[in-house]
Amino acid sequence: MADQQGTDGMTITLNGRQTAVSGHDSLPLLHVLREVLGLKGTRFGCGQGTCGACTVIVDGKAVTSCDLPLEAVRGKRIETVECLTAAGATHPLAEAVLACQAAQCGYCLPGILMAAKALLDREPDAPDARIREALDDNLCRCGAHLRILRAVRLASETMTAAKDR
Amino acid sequence: MSALSIPLPLKAAPEISDWIRFGPGRTVEMLTGRVELGQGNLTALAQMAADELGLAPGDIVITSGNTERTPNEGYTAGSMSVSMGGMALRFAASAARVLILREASLKLNADYRCLSVRDGSILEEGRQTDLDLWDLAAGLDFAVPVMGYAAPLGPDRHTLSSHVLPRRDLPDRIFGTPFIHDFAPDGMVHGRILHPPALGAVLRSLDLTALAARPGVIDVFRDGSVVGILAESFAEVTSATGWAAIRAEWSVPDFPQDGSLRELLASAAGAETVVHETGEVPAEDADAVEVTASRAYLSHGSIGPSAAMAVWRDGRLKIWSHSQGVFQLRNAVARVIGLDIEDVSIEHAPGAGCYGHNGADDAAFDAALLARHATGKPVKVIWSRLDEFRVAPLGAAMMTSARAHLDETGTLTSAAVLVTSPPHANRPDMAGAPNLVTATRLANPIPLARSADLPLPQGGADRNAVPAYTIPNLRVAKKLVHDLPYRTSSLRGLGAHLNIFAIEMLMEKCAAATGEDPAAFRLRHIEDPRARAVIETAMSEGRALREDLEPGTEGCGLGFGRYKNAGAYAAVLARVKVDEGVSVSHVHAVVDSGEVVNRDGALNQIEGGILQAMSWTLKEEVKLAGPLVATETWLDYPILKFSEVPEVSVSLIDRPDMPPLGCAEAMQGPVAAAIGSALFNALGIQVCELPLTRDRIMAAALA
Repeated sequence: MADQQGTDGMTITLNGRQTAVSGHDSLPLLHVLREVLGLKGTRFGCGQGTCGACTVIVDGKAVTSCDLPLEAVRGKRIETVECLTAAGATHPLAEAVLACQAAQCGYCLPGILMAAKALLDREPDAPDARIREALDDNLCRCGAHLRILRAVRLASETMTAAKDR
Repeated sequence: MSALSIPLPLKAAPEISDWIRFGPGRTVEMLTGRVELGQGNLTALAQMAADELGLAPGDIVITSGNTERTPNEGYTAGSMSVSMGGMALRFAASAARVLILREASLKLNADYRCLSVRDGSILEEGRQTDLDLWDLAAGLDFAVPVMGYAAPLGPDRHTLSSHVLPRRDLPDRIFGTPFIHDFAPDGMVHGRILHPPALGAVLRSLDLTALAARPGVIDVFRDGSVVGILAESFAEVTSATGWAAIRAEWSVPDFPQDGSLRELLASAAGAETVVHETGEVPAEDADAVEVTASRAYLSHGSIGPSAAMAVWRDGRLKIWSHSQGVFQLRNAVARVIGLDIEDVSIEHAPGAGCYGHNGADDAAFDAALLARHATGKPVKVIWSRLDEFRVAPLGAAMMTSARAHLDETGTLTSAAVLVTSPPHANRPDMAGAPNLVTATRLANPIPLARSADLPLPQGGADRNAVPAYTIPNLRVAKKLVHDLPYRTSSLRGLGAHLNIFAIEMLMEKCAAATGEDPAAFRLRHIEDPRARAVIETAMSEGRALREDLEPGTEGCGLGFGRYKNAGAYAAVLARVKVDEGVSVSHVHAVVDSGEVVNRDGALNQIEGGILQAMSWTLKEEVKLAGPLVATETWLDYPILKFSEVPEVSVSLIDRPDMPPLGCAEAMQGPVAAAIGSALFNALGIQVCELPLTRDRIMAAALA
C-alpha cells in the first residue's frame, strides 16, 4: 500500500496469538484483518458501523471493526470468527449454528456469532431476552433470526453444561 | 407421476448431457442454470437428481449458472428453482438411469424391471451385481432427448426427497470465504465506478488529475458521465471514490415533488389497462365496500453490498457475478461493450442474500468497464452501502384500490381491483435493453428500457391482483407509472405483497360489513380444497393466537394468498399489540407447496419470508427528496431487529404426490395481510398505507 504512515511495531493478540501488524493508524481494523492479515471471515457490510456484519470481539466486548481505527486496538485482545473453528477446538456456537441450519445467505453470521460469543463468554446461561439484546445491533436480511436465536440458545446450553461439569 | 408434462427448461436444453454428466471418478456432475442465492435451492436440486440416480447427495457435483457450461434457464427467480429447474433435473437424471439400466439389462441378460441402482451400483432383484453407473455410462451416448427416456420415480421411491438434508453450502458461507467479496487472485486490483446522486445526472466537473494522485490510485478514466477508479487496495479505492464523490459536480434533472407518495403515483400513472375481466362490474356507487392500499419504495437491503470481479484477456471478458441471470447479463454486457456474446463468459459466484434484481448485474458491468482499463489484471468491485440504497433498483412503490359489492345474503357479487405502480421488471436484457445503470451515462449512452412490466398469469405489478375468491363479476386493471426518477425492478413477490394485502383488507372490510367471522367469510367465497385446507388448518392450529386478547390494544388477524394464483397456498395468523407502534407477538403459518423436497429448506424459506414480510410491512420505506433517493444508510432504513422477532410457528401440508410449487415468495402478501387484519381486529380501524408505522396508525385513527 502506498503512502502510509506505519504503526511501527504494533502488536495485537489475535485469536490468542501475538500478532505484529502494520498499516496506517486510521486504517479500519476490518481492512487490516481482511486485506493485510488475510483473515476474511469477518465481513464488510456497510463500512459505517450500522449493520454488524464486521463485528469482532475486542477485550471481551463485541464491536464493529469497519469503523474502528487500527490505532484503537494497539495491544488489545481481538477475537474473530476464525476462533470458532480453530483446529481441534470447534466452539459450541459453530456446532450449534450448523446443527440448527441457522442461516440463509450466511453473510451476516460471522458478526452475529461474535456478538453472541461476547455475551456467552460473560454470561453462558444468558436468558433469551439478553441474547436478543446482545444481537440487536446486528442485521440479518434473510430472516434467519429465529434459527439464529435457537442456535445461540443451544450453544448456551452446551456451554452451561460444560461449566457445571 | 402419470402423465408427464415437460418441465419448461427442457425445451431450451433437451438432452440428458445438457444436465447430467458422469465422472470424474465416482461422481456425477449436475449442470443447472439455477444459481444459489443463499436459499439452499441447489441442495434441494442435488437431492432430486441423486434420488433418480440412486446416489448419495454427496456424489453429486454441482455446476451452476455458468455461460460456458450450464443450460440457460433464464433468471433464478419467482420461486421456480425446484418446480422448474428441479423438475428438469429430475427428468434428466431419470432418463440417464433408464438408459443405463437398459444397457445393464443387456449386459446381465436380466429383466429391466428387476434392476435398480443403489449407491451407484446396479442391483438385480436387490442383489449386488458387478456393474455400476460409471462403467455403463462410459459406453453410452447421453446426447439424446430427455423426454425420450424420462421416467421419474414415484414419491414412494424417493429416499432423499422430502428428507431434511443439511445445506451443502452453509459451512463455507458462515465460516469460509466463498463470496466474491473474498476473491483475491494474483495481481487483482480494486475498482469502483463513481455513481451519481440521481438517475439521469450529468457530470459537470471533476479534477481527474487530482483524483489520479490520491493514495494507491493506479488509474482513472472518464467516459461521458462515467468515472472509473482503479486502486491497489479496497481501503484506497473506497477512499478515492469518497474523495471524488464530494468534489464531483453533477447537474441533476429537476423533479419537484411535494405531495404524498400516493399523489405522486397517481400523477404519473399512464393509461388503464384491463388485465382480467369476467362478467360486468357496476360503476362506483355508495354501496360499494372499498379500500385503497399503498406501500413505499423498498430497498433490497442485502447485508453484503453488490460485488463482481472481471478480467479482460486476449479480447475476451470473463466476469464473476452474483447475478440471478448470468446468460441475460452476458447478453447485456456484450451489447454495451460491443463484443460477441461468445467472447463474454460469466460464472455465478456467491454474494450476500438476494431477493430480486438488486445491484449485482450493475456491479458486474462496472467491473467489466474497469477491467478494460486494467491491462489484463482482474478487477474486483464492491459497491458502497450508499450505492446499494441509491443506485440499485428499488422494489416499486404501489397503490392498489379494491372495491366490492355484496348482495343481501352478504355474498360477493362483484369486485374491481386497480393497481397503480411503476414496473416490477427491468432486468438485464429485458425489453430489448441492457438495463445496466452505468451504461446510461456513457458517452454513447444506452437508456434503461421503458418496461412493459410482466403480463399475467405470473404478472408484475398485477401479480396476485386477481382475487383468488369466487366473485362472479370481476374487473382487474393496472396503470403503469413511468417517468418517475426512481429506478424499479423485481423484488421478492413483485406486486403480490401489496395486492394480496389490499384484497385481504377488502375481504376483512366486507366480513365486517356483514358481521361475519372473517375466516368464515373467506371460506364462503373459496372452493379450492387446498385453499380451504390451509385456512381451516391455520384457524384450528392457531387457536391460541386468538385467545385472551386485550380489547382495544391486541388483535389477531388472518391473511391468505396463493402465490401467483398458481403456486404455494399460504394462510397466516398474526397476533399484534398496539402501543407505541405495532408489535407482532406470534405468527402461525400453514403452507401447502405441493411436494416438499427438502423440509428444512422449505421451512427456512418460509420463516425468512415471514420475517422479511413483517419488516417490509411494519418498517420499510425508502425516503425520497425531489429527484433523489434520500435513503443513504441503514439509519435511514430500519429493518426488523432481533428484539422485534415474534414467536413463529409453521405447518407444512406435504403433498408428495403433487408437483412442487416453490415457497420462497409465498409469504410476502399473506403476512402483510395477517398483520393488517390483526390491526383492524385490535383497533376497529383499517390502516392500509404501508409501512404500518405509529404515525400512520395515528393518522388513520384521527381520520
